[in-house]
Amino acid sequence: MINFNLFVLPFSLGLIYLLIAIGKSWYLWIKALPAHDKVKLKAGIRHPQLMLGAIREVFMEGLIHRKMWLRNPLMGYMHTSFALGWFLLIVLGNIESRFYSGTHLNAPYYPIFLKFFIHDKLVIFFEVYTVPGIFRFLMDFILLFVLSGLFLAIIKRQKSKWFGMKRAAEYQLTDQISLICLWMIFPMRLLAESYTAGYYGSGGGFMTQPLGGFLVSITPLPSDFIAYTMWWGYSLALGIFFITLPYSRYMHIPTEILLIFFRHCAIQPRKWHSAFSDVEVHACSRCGVCIDVCQLNDAGITDSQAVYFIRGVRDQYVPDEISRKCLVCGRCQEVCPVGIRTDSLRLIKRRELFSSQPSDYSFLPTASLSRGESPRQGGVAYFAGCMSHLTPSIIRAMKGIMEKAGINYVQIDENRSICCGRPLMIAGKDRQANDLITANKELIRQTKAELLVTSCPICYRVFREEYTLPIRVQHHTQFILDLVKSGRIPLQAHFKKVAYHDPCDLGRGSRIYSAPREVLAKVADLVPVINECSDALCCGGSLGILNVSQQQRDEMTKISLSTLMKEQPEILVTACPLCKKTFSKHAEIEVKDIAELVYKAIPG
Amino acid sequence: MKDFGYSVLKDETIDYDRQDMRIAKYVLLQEPSIQLCIGCGSCSGTCAAGHFTEFNIRRVHTLIRRGETRLLKKEIQKCMFCGKCQLVCPRGVNLRNLILSINKAIEQIG
Repeated sequence: MINFNLFVLPFSLGLIYLLIAIGKSWYLWIKALPAHDKVKLKAGIRHPQLMLGAIREVFMEGLIHRKMWLRNPLMGYMHTSFALGWFLLIVLGNIESRFYSGTHLNAPYYPIFLKFFIHDKLVIFFEVYTVPGIFRFLMDFILLFVLSGLFLAIIKRQKSKWFGMKRAAEYQLTDQISLICLWMIFPMRLLAESYTAGYYGSGGGFMTQPLGGFLVSITPLPSDFIAYTMWWGYSLALGIFFITLPYSRYMHIPTEILLIFFRHCAIQPRKWHSAFSDVEVHACSRCGVCIDVCQLNDAGITDSQAVYFIRGVRDQYVPDEISRKCLVCGRCQEVCPVGIRTDSLRLIKRRELFSSQPSDYSFLPTASLSRGESPRQGGVAYFAGCMSHLTPSIIRAMKGIMEKAGINYVQIDENRSICCGRPLMIAGKDRQANDLITANKELIRQTKAELLVTSCPICYRVFREEYTLPIRVQHHTQFILDLVKSGRIPLQAHFKKVAYHDPCDLGRGSRIYSAPREVLAKVADLVPVINECSDALCCGGSLGILNVSQQQRDEMTKISLSTLMKEQPEILVTACPLCKKTFSKHAEIEVKDIAELVYKAIPG
Repeated sequence: MKDFGYSVLKDETIDYDRQDMRIAKYVLLQEPSIQLCIGCGSCSGTCAAGHFTEFNIRRVHTLIRRGETRLLKKEIQKCMFCGKCQLVCPRGVNLRNLILSINKAIEQIG
């Protein structure tokens, strides 16, 4: 065999191992999908438009890393140079090798180590008029591109701030070994190709040829021996990287592709740990973007962020308290470049922990509206929610608004309120929450109303997602906006400076950003805040987190407040009773619900 | 025995050496903030489940601290976990985690 040398073995064995490992994982994950998801997958694969969309996303996110660019250009460049650069090296290297071998069936190592086997005679700078010359230029250019990314990656270890990251994820041993091998690959390639080009005096491109000449001239040892050693080093770096890849964070590279295809086939996360969750946790690249956005940092908690939690799930070891320690505010999910549903993963873990705890809600009334709560045919059923009972001014304002607008309404939880169930669900107790849901659904049905309005975003979300109600559900911000638009409540603007805080479950949880702002624009002068809409901070009162102290909550609340005070508003407005209650404790200005502001603006 | 028309109350003396303090110990470890409790009863006053039943989280707490765990298992199941108690607590006791921990303790001790 002419085109063979022992040094290709580490690479070749590594590649074979890697392909088997990825193939096995993919096969097991797809096999473990429930039947209806398999049907979706099969249908999706036959749908060319869906597949084109998926391939496009693989290209944009997997190679270009579009979301990384949007986050920070330096970070984007670093990722593009590694992913796209390496991809192009492989593709162009393959095409290049065809010119020399004259066949389409090359051993996989042949294009990778092409320069070892081939020593072209032509050596002219930027020899763009020959096909081998173009390739030699391109290959060197792309190698330089990748090396520039490597340079940035090394800087990033020290100066992650330049890349828009205050904190970087901490890595385990397997990750570090993989990382070192990955970093070694391209410098080894550069050295191997340069020494070879230098030794033969030909065959290199605009970078490797002069560098090779220089290296050979300063190396006292025989340069063919050095070159050969470098080829071994290059092959070993590749081989070890391939073998450690399935056990390190770099498993995200093959897994993300599968995840993108799953998503395009509309496969959804399930309530319990499933093949989809497995794919999600393996698709986590541990880039650490989720760390900075996590407000638990403000409370001095640094071991519970999504990246560490997901790593725990992947390693099948998550301490109890890590599962409990999450605001479930959804901020990490919002910024995850891979689009991992971090919240649903956390809730899956909580279900495993707490769903077996017994409950007994037999005391709940078998659904009868209490005194004064007569059915309202075709009217509005108003559900204030537990939290609103702690902020009665919201309930008063809502009732006032509905009365002024002449709405035919009944309040379901006037005297006694049954919890909506979300606080239980957020602790993983879905089964227990079902009893509450059944009781509330029966009450809602008895009102004979056509529209359910709630003042609490927590209730709103669970009504929408879990109740499957036959009637429409609105949060009061949407309801008030409808009333204002239809002219049922005349408003007299006061134009005080107000800042609006997006509650987690209304904003990120339910994607309602514009309704409250439209209402506020009618009654006040809305000033900008630092973190708005999907980037809004949690007030710190979240029901999602179970094990932080009040002091830690207070820290989060204070920092959250400070982002809202940028333009010195006169009133802080929110649309959630829990946020209002939490902020009221620390705010130096008035904290009001949007309903209170509107009620006050109704003349007469 | 002669019927005097009244009964003798059962002895309610609590002997800490004889009480089952396992749940108390576990819960204290899991949620140390309960040591801040001043027994004001705000939690029970606002309790959503308390509006329907006799459920009283303050009493549950007292029972645990006394090691009277007989009635606990049934009682704790009534909590709807809404978190109002935690919001009104003037001492910042982490009541939702307390409930979870009590449940966990019962689960483990049986």
